[in-house]
Amino acid sequence: MTKRNTYRAGPDEGGHFGIYGGRFVAETLMPLILEVERAYARYKDEPEFLAEKAYYYKHYVGRPSPLYYAKRLSERCGGAKIFFKREDLNHTGAHKVNSCIGQILLARRMGKTRVIAETGAGQHGVATATVCALFDIPCVVYMGTTDVARQAPNVFRMKMLGAEVRAVTSGSATLKDAMNEALRDWVANVHDTYYLIGTVAGPHPYPMMVRDFQSVIGNETREQILELEGRLPDSLVACVGGGSNAMGLFYPFLDEADVRIVGVEAAGDGIRTGRHAASITAGRPGVLHGNRTYLLQDADGQIQEAHSISAGLDYPGIGPEHSWLKDAGRVEYATITDKESVEAFHLLTRTEGIIPALESAHAIAHAVKMAPKLPKSHLMVVSLSGRGDKDLDTIAKISGPASVGEQKKGQPP
Amino acid sequence: MSRAPHTRLARRFAALRTEGRAGLVTFLTAGDPDAKTAWKILKGLPGAGADVIEIGMPFSDPMADGPAIQASSLRALKAGQTLKKTIGVVARFRKADRDTPIVLMGYFNPIYSYGVAKFLKDARAAGVDGLIVVDTPIEEEDELCGPARAAGLDFIQLVAPTTGEARLPKVLARASGFVYYVSITGITGTRSAAVSDVAGAVRRIRRHTHLPIAVGFGIRTPKQAAEIARIAEAAVVGSALINVIADGLDKSDKAKKGLGPRVLGLVTRLARGVRSAKSGRGAKWKAA
Ligand SMILES: Cc1ncc(COP(=O)(O)O)c(C=O)c1O
Repeated sequence: MTKRNTYRAGPDEGGHFGIYGGRFVAETLMPLILEVERAYARYKDEPEFLAEKAYYYKHYVGRPSPLYYAKRLSERCGGAKIFFKREDLNHTGAHKVNSCIGQILLARRMGKTRVIAETGAGQHGVATATVCALFDIPCVVYMGTTDVARQAPNVFRMKMLGAEVRAVTSGSATLKDAMNEALRDWVANVHDTYYLIGTVAGPHPYPMMVRDFQSVIGNETREQILELEGRLPDSLVACVGGGSNAMGLFYPFLDEADVRIVGVEAAGDGIRTGRHAASITAGRPGVLHGNRTYLLQDADGQIQEAHSISAGLDYPGIGPEHSWLKDAGRVEYATITDKESVEAFHLLTRTEGIIPALESAHAIAHAVKMAPKLPKSHLMVVSLSGRGDKDLDTIAKISGPASVGEQKKGQPP
Repeated sequence: MSRAPHTRLARRFAALRTEGRAGLVTFLTAGDPDAKTAWKILKGLPGAGADVIEIGMPFSDPMADGPAIQASSLRALKAGQTLKKTIGVVARFRKADRDTPIVLMGYFNPIYSYGVAKFLKDARAAGVDGLIVVDTPIEEEDELCGPARAAGLDFIQLVAPTTGEARLPKVLARASGFVYYVSITGITGTRSAAVSDVAGAVRRIRRHTHLPIAVGFGIRTPKQAAEIARIAEAAVVGSALINVIADGLDKSDKAKKGLGPRVLGLVTRLARGVRSAKSGRGAKWKAA
């Protein structure tokens, strides 16, 4: 795959991005994985499939999502011109629905009559439950008990939408364990079930397929910035959990050598504390959930628990294509702590009147760090991957509802 | 048979064939619930009637396993088990037992982390005979299957009910030691397959291989083991044994008195079940 002149040729036939990716699954699942791969290859460029996907993107999700120039925030930072790609305005409130629409249309063509998914923040669970309601397909969502507790509004939404939410108590009871449990369900229900994975992880073809569906983010951004500014952006910034909103924004720009690309991992309490979710920054390559990638693991190859205030970033791995892009030196990976992300959450809320998801707040925090050092002519696009309604409980617990109210008008904390 | 089989697994299956019976394969997780108790059980397995011993290499995220084996892996890890220690246990076992084949079973990441070449060298030197690694299907054969066979270890391939006709010969072409038929589409320790389905699957596999066939997933009782022994070369029992361990722990997961003998007691009953089923069908496969 490593044609020297492009970063966009991957994966190879076996689903490898360099040494990363692949299909590390049990034999029971392997024929299913191959079936998904065949189905995706058959439909991905088929006009009818594309037309149906485009229809739902436009009329149901509300695409294209705006590219918004954050004037007040930019002025406050005193440097780069910051634009937000407003995935928070999508139906269901995050980018996750882009891939859910694509995958549910595929699942239907494959004749699957039951859908399962894993979720951390609950955004992917909500998006999956939503498209399942839309197409009248029974849906089971696996979610760690830790996340069930901290993302209660989303649990309620999923249930309202008719999904069954199964709380997972094993391991750290977060996203990693939800994914284990979803894979176990799939092994037991291969005949009728489609596993709708929420990020650019899992065995091939998922990392490629989810990236392709999410690339609508970057493709629209390209058109929109050309229209607004007449040129391509100078930098892109996105948070990275599994890495789907980031891959979606980055992918169409990978071969634009002048575009600086930055992925932001969750540093939790700080990298040095060991309580974080920064697999690229602090992990090493290993094999989990069907692919090889950077993982948080101990000396014996046991997977470690990740820690982040943001449930959607609380995962000890990362999509394999990110690992490859990191090694290739094409994308930089930075980290943002819980504390910094909460500050950015408040900052955006007060300066722009946009309440971001805590996941997205990681990208915003890093953008705010970068921007002051850059010239005013610098065009920066930040993925605002989701809205923060789901995080209000978490914020209230940390900052206190009262203290939030006490902040002086016009003065972001 | 033209010459004496040169691997421990082949010798053991040849001997079983001569006896005219199927074998019992036991699965237990290394270091569960603690190294000392696990060692006592392991030492006693051949005497209790285990013909082949599978030792689980505990992993934090055992995706193909049900609650029993998940819990056993976590107990072992909590008690300090590592891959290095697991290999060490095999070396210790080999000092006293040169005949009982040992197969390490688990997931790829701990092996990858240890270093594949070093792992294969150390495992072979310790007296490991074969490997079963759940998450390295034939699509990833260069990762472990190829190197393992080159290093002189058997690589036991899993065949599932979902393995189709076109795929089956490809999987079996890469198998050695024996073939492990996963009798249900599901995780360990949950359901049991209907014997007639298993018999059909075993016939299907046998059309493509001369290797002995072991059947696992869902075999709990001596009666079930006996039924499988009539149609395959071996029955694998794991979760049922691990449930005995789980039942013999106090609130802080410490082994209560008599835990080891209780586990070995079930092994003895399972072995009796297997041995009661003289099949005469061992002649269906040829020693390598
Ligand atoms: C709003 C939002 N952003 C980002 C993420 C992280 O996922 P990914 O890295 O796949 O975009 C999530 C995951 O739940 C999310 O809800």
